Amino acid sequence: MILKPTKEDIRNIGFYLGKIIVGLGLIMLIPLLIGLVACEINPALDFLIGAEIALVFGFILIKLCHTERDLSWMQGMIVVALSWLAATLLGAVPMYLSGHWNSFLDACFEAMSGFATTGLTLVQDLDHLSYAHNFWRHLGPFVGGQGIVIVALSLFLRASSGAFKLYVGEAREEKILPNIIHTARFIWLISLVYLVLGTIALGAAGIFVLGLKPVNALFHGACIFMAGFDTAGFSPQSQNILYYHSLLYECIIIIIMILGALNFNFHYQLWAGKFKEAVKNIESKAFFISIMLFFLVTSLGLEQAGIYPGLVSFFRKGFFQFISGHSTTGYMTIYAQQFIKEWGNLALAGLICSMALGGFICSTSGGVKMLRIGIIFKALFEDIKRLILPEKAIFFQRFHHVKDVLLDDKQVRSALLITLAYIILYAIGTLVGVFYGYPFLESLFESTSAAANVGFSCGITNAGMPDGLKLTYIFQMWAGRLEFMSIFTLAGFFVAAIRGKR
Amino acid sequence: MPKLKTYIFVIIIFITSLSAFELCAQTVSSTELINNAKSYDGKTVGFTGEVIGDVMARGDFAWINVNDGYNAVGIWIEKKLSQEISYTGSFKTKGDKISVEGVFQRACPEHGGDFDIHAVALKKISSGRQTAEGLNISKRNFALILFGVLCLIIILSRLKRTSLKK
Repeated sequence: MILKPTKEDIRNIGFYLGKIIVGLGLIMLIPLLIGLVACEINPALDFLIGAEIALVFGFILIKLCHTERDLSWMQGMIVVALSWLAATLLGAVPMYLSGHWNSFLDACFEAMSGFATTGLTLVQDLDHLSYAHNFWRHLGPFVGGQGIVIVALSLFLRASSGAFKLYVGEAREEKILPNIIHTARFIWLISLVYLVLGTIALGAAGIFVLGLKPVNALFHGACIFMAGFDTAGFSPQSQNILYYHSLLYECIIIIIMILGALNFNFHYQLWAGKFKEAVKNIESKAFFISIMLFFLVTSLGLEQAGIYPGLVSFFRKGFFQFISGHSTTGYMTIYAQQFIKEWGNLALAGLICSMALGGFICSTSGGVKMLRIGIIFKALFEDIKRLILPEKAIFFQRFHHVKDVLLDDKQVRSALLITLAYIILYAIGTLVGVFYGYPFLESLFESTSAAANVGFSCGITNAGMPDGLKLTYIFQMWAGRLEFMSIFTLAGFFVAAIRGKR
Repeated sequence: MPKLKTYIFVIIIFITSLSAFELCAQTVSSTELINNAKSYDGKTVGFTGEVIGDVMARGDFAWINVNDGYNAVGIWIEKKLSQEISYTGSFKTKGDKISVEGVFQRACPEHGGDFDIHAVALKKISSGRQTAEGLNISKRNFALILFGVLCLIIILSRLKRTSLKK
């Protein structure tokens, strides 16, 4: 029997949602400050309005739904799913006010794309966008990549079982430190340390090698780092990374993208000096094998197409795009249309597969994720081994992921279910694309890119595409980033609200 | 006879103008270049648009990026030619509108496979300018109203808390 949600459920959800919205409003003060420093008056006003709307909504929810109760699993999942929608709607406000997005839907698309670390964009005349708005485009992925809820956890919430439920709801399964608030703060510490290092590296390259003006070099460095480490793929200029025309810059970005694709727990192990983890961990092994395998496929395709003569151009165009896709970043050193016009089917197949698989679990990257792929293949090999060995032989299936873990059917089932859910999500976007008249391969490419939070486009994503397709991609980005559970729970909540019994 | 002379003169003018047209680079849009990159590869083309971003000096040469309204394309240009550029497009400036003529490379072997044009000539069509940003009054008023509402909510909640404590 399905039970109708109680008033207490709604109060709890509203209270925690309010806190997260207040957090979002406070984050909008950063681009507001940048607007003031850069003497951009109207953009600063856009962020003042955005922040005020968020704070008003947030405070009203907190006051109306004030509660001392802790969250249940169901409530925690719903808070997460709703906070991402709220962040999209509220984060879109300053964007829409700038006039660089054709409609509020386009601004919502951009906001969801940013928070979900996808990187698909509908911005108009990006090359004339203000520093404040451009910074917001890149700050979105930095906040969303670490987790919108993690921001609130680090700032406002006390350590409790409810906090852990919120953390899990945002597709984070691993507790790096025993206390969840400490884990959330550690994730921020890693990100901020890398932010400083990455900005210095890119900024120095910008000034001394690229020939950018110092202010622009540092601004671009910070933006490129935030969208690179958080595997979003936004860039301050319309040409994306092609704007910089620099091998060194691209090499630094490759390192940043790979760092972003790694599990935060994996970072913690490396920071703690446990370098053997890099060789032993099932995820790093799976990532390495996947890179070798799918880059071989992509390379064969590119070789067949004969479009990048010479090792350097093969590296800068072939490998860069490949690693950008596999880490689900979506940075590009070619134009969107070149994928379809020049790459050929085989190279695209290799790239689409790598995009679909994605990076590490508990990282900022999207896609199915390496831990699940590793577990599925481990289970497959162990089952084959079981068939070969004598029937009476007893053996344990185990894998190494930070520590040695016994492989059980529950883990395999969970990995397979999430993988299946991703495949269905990729298929839904493809079918909708085909329905709107786009060719199959292009629809598959764009759909995988949206659902795996990659951000590559082969040209479908533009302001003129049908609204139905925009909404589909928004849904895919949201579901892909949150890894389904909180969205299924939200759907269940609405069903219970309509059909449940008191 | 005068008629024949006129005909010959017209024919000469026609042939000369045709050859001049042949010598002149074909002006293309970025979309045309991207969609037909292979057919334009290695050919001399003309490209017109607004200079955006920074002029990035690299030794005796520089990279500029020119946006024709659809896409921006990287132009590799001699540093001295780039000095003609006074404004580059950003939030506060409209960049110079220029026309360049040069060899288009789909995957430039000199620049790691970049999609670029190696310019041999640059002509400034119109100069850029600072764009004045006036204060948007309706945005200011809306921000003030919201500020008032926000203050009201905070004051009311403080009052409620104080009365509950009492």
